[in-house]
Amino acid sequence: MAADIYKALADATRRAILDELQERDGQSLFELCTRLTMRHGLGSTRQAVSQHLDVLQEAGLVTVRREGRYKFHHLDTGPLREITARWPAPDQGES
Amino acid sequence: MIHLTVTSVFVDDQSKALDFYTGLLGFVPKNDIPLGGDDRWLTVVSPAAPDGVELLLEPSSHPAVGPYKAALVEDGIPAASFGVDDLAAEYERLTALGVRFVQPPTDMGPVIVATLDDTCGNLIQLAQHQG
Repeated sequence: MAADIYKALADATRRAILDELQERDGQSLFELCTRLTMRHGLGSTRQAVSQHLDVLQEAGLVTVRREGRYKFHHLDTGPLREITARWPAPDQGES
Repeated sequence: MIHLTVTSVFVDDQSKALDFYTGLLGFVPKNDIPLGGDDRWLTVVSPAAPDGVELLLEPSSHPAVGPYKAALVEDGIPAASFGVDDLAAEYERLTALGVRFVQPPTDMGPVIVATLDDTCGNLIQLAQHQG
């Protein structure tokens, strides 16, 4: 799983998806597509965004929650601990 | 010249849809004409434009409609989009009446949008144009 984090983050559209989920967690595919188009000028197709979400899911950064007939995407920053655990930032150094 | 006169959404239950679209959203009934079986030619209009575009609340009985609607709802895609003058106020009003929003008012630049569930198998977008 750790290897997938870096691949998942190595794309501007996927980082924008994480930014938008950080602002409002639990979005439909349509809402994410709209935000990417209107706020980031990213004219990705729905299929492309769906594939980006698959990559983020494989990395554990996005989880999908089905609620009735809806499908919502949620942010999970848990896997990012791997990064600071490996290369601690100065202000969070080991005690 | 060609005119836009009728647009439609497929609704699971026409009577329930009439209640939702008139009683909650605020449209007014226009035409209600019996068709075959229990189906009706059922349209509503905006009170601001009684002779304007009619919204047809169309029966969902065709077998293709169910999978079509389910796929749209799963991905959060609205079946229709309606304009409002004050989306924040509409959101407050409808939420208080128990309407479920899957997306609260969100600023998308030229437009603020929100998405609600019409309880008849569709997501509906409300849009307020800015500027």
